[in-house]
Amino acid sequence: MRQATAIIIGAGQAGLAMSKRLTDRSIDHVLLERGTVANSWRTERWDSLRLLTPNWQSRLPSFEYSGSDPDGYMTMPDVNSFLGQYARTIDAPVMSNTTVTAVRPAEIGYTVTTDQGDWYSPNVVLASGACNVATMPAIAQEVPTSVKTVTPMQYKNPDQLEDGGVMVVGASATGVQLAREIQASGRQVTLAVGEHVRMPRMYRGRDIKWWMDVTGTLDTRYDAVDDLPRARRVPSLQLVGSPDRESLDLNTLQQTGVELVGRCAGMRDGRMLFSGSLANQCALADLKMNRLLDSIDQWIGEHAPHAVFGPAERPEPTVINDEPKLDMDLTDGSIRTIIWATGYRPDYSWLHVPVLNRKGRIRHDGGVTEAPGLYVLGLPFLRRRKSSLIDGVGDDARDLADHLAFGVHRKAA
Amino acid sequence: MMDNNTQTPATVNNGVNVEALIGAREALDATPEAAQFKWRSRCEWVNGTHSRSTVGGFFGLGEEQNRGKSFNIDTDHPEVFAAGDQGATPVELILSGLAGCLTAGVASVAQHRGIQLHSVTATIEGDMDLQGILGIDPDVRNGFRAIRVHFEIDANASDEEIKALVAQSQKRSAVFDIITNPTNVYVDVN
Repeated sequence: MRQATAIIIGAGQAGLAMSKRLTDRSIDHVLLERGTVANSWRTERWDSLRLLTPNWQSRLPSFEYSGSDPDGYMTMPDVNSFLGQYARTIDAPVMSNTTVTAVRPAEIGYTVTTDQGDWYSPNVVLASGACNVATMPAIAQEVPTSVKTVTPMQYKNPDQLEDGGVMVVGASATGVQLAREIQASGRQVTLAVGEHVRMPRMYRGRDIKWWMDVTGTLDTRYDAVDDLPRARRVPSLQLVGSPDRESLDLNTLQQTGVELVGRCAGMRDGRMLFSGSLANQCALADLKMNRLLDSIDQWIGEHAPHAVFGPAERPEPTVINDEPKLDMDLTDGSIRTIIWATGYRPDYSWLHVPVLNRKGRIRHDGGVTEAPGLYVLGLPFLRRRKSSLIDGVGDDARDLADHLAFGVHRKAA
Repeated sequence: MMDNNTQTPATVNNGVNVEALIGAREALDATPEAAQFKWRSRCEWVNGTHSRSTVGGFFGLGEEQNRGKSFNIDTDHPEVFAAGDQGATPVELILSGLAGCLTAGVASVAQHRGIQLHSVTATIEGDMDLQGILGIDPDVRNGFRAIRVHFEIDANASDEEIKALVAQSQKRSAVFDIITNPTNVYVDVN
């Protein structure tokens, strides 16, 4: 059986950042990658998607964006080539086209079974991503079979959809982006809106991500927040990366003809039922957005009172129809397709180490699991608010590499 | 970043034991079976549209909870319905339940966020077209077409903070959820 001091599962930004951190500590390791570098970015995203973070924010250990458009947003081919270049620059030992089928405890360490043979290692870093599976609520099972169901991982562009109405469920980054382009394709979109995080693309003349970076918001540590499970569940920001830096919110979507309804609350007699909570969901999102913008104004007052920024203009409050629909017939042909933009989860079906909680999520303390030598990297708010960003995984990888190296040296001593 | 929850200063007292609620949350996260509650009410017909409900024990924390007392609630209909008006109508109790739940939530969230309340008043109104319950028009539903709640809150907080209390209260309210989302109802007899 082949051996390494550490095995990293997945060669996306998290796995590559970890590889660099381990190389810096002279710890021999391999990356096992089911496809090639940046596989999920290349194969499991829709065509129009761009990163939500500007190019300058694509920073990895000893590597960053060096192109001519620091304020632009990478397309998926751009991300693919960026990470590919990083893998070559750091000479990452990637075993491509190697699918991990099982990780099991050995007497000490772990056996990693792949479709290209077995490995043994005392240390395993799970860097296979937070978005392996599109999640759907239970009521998805009750939708009439005459309506086609699509997940964002299957969706590429509107051309693959039948003509006719489309219901997009979920109004986080994925849902609002798909709603916009599908409505623009001439299909009437109904958007079911639950909890969401509204955010303008630009504020006072700067990218909102620039503000979150400079004010230190993204650096907030996991052990410094009141309610960590809640912080880890916060939906993605309602943002789109587009060349003209536009904001995408429920007001702009309604102006293009998208109809808003409340959260999908149930199915009854072929009718989808929507929650009556839409007004409050929008009120919560407006209040939360304004609190963040307040904190930016406050930061300017304290740290840069003489700097010149744009005016402190607030986005208009979200306006919703007086009487949003409370139900819709799914059998009359007006809705041909439902897209469940209701989130993603990691897939640990191959992980046979008892570190999962009753909801199938991995138990960890900032990426360190209860199983010695088993780490996880690249999950939302793993160690910092920025943990799931390309920009954030490097700091987490450094911390975990330190922990891992401490274990290696203690055993060697 | 976006949750400006502050520590509760000792001076804020809305009569809510937030520490106990946080303790319960932690305990029930670890023992989800103890979080399974059953709420109950027993209703006896008195006369006409007048009924009397009695609320007493409930099930929770893994066992029957006998609160050592019970509450009676009379429901009836007003005289314009040719009834005796011996109590509030059931739909007014629903409105009262929603207002009570949201107001309790406002107090709890305010305590947690260190906001001293001076007064909270909720007025609530539900629109109903009687053509529904009277069976005049099958396209009209029996229940409320819309419900509006208006809060007047005097507290040591900014307008935005007060709005956030009300919004968070709705987010965590059982009755708000019961009214805004469908629930399967099973009724049997004998």
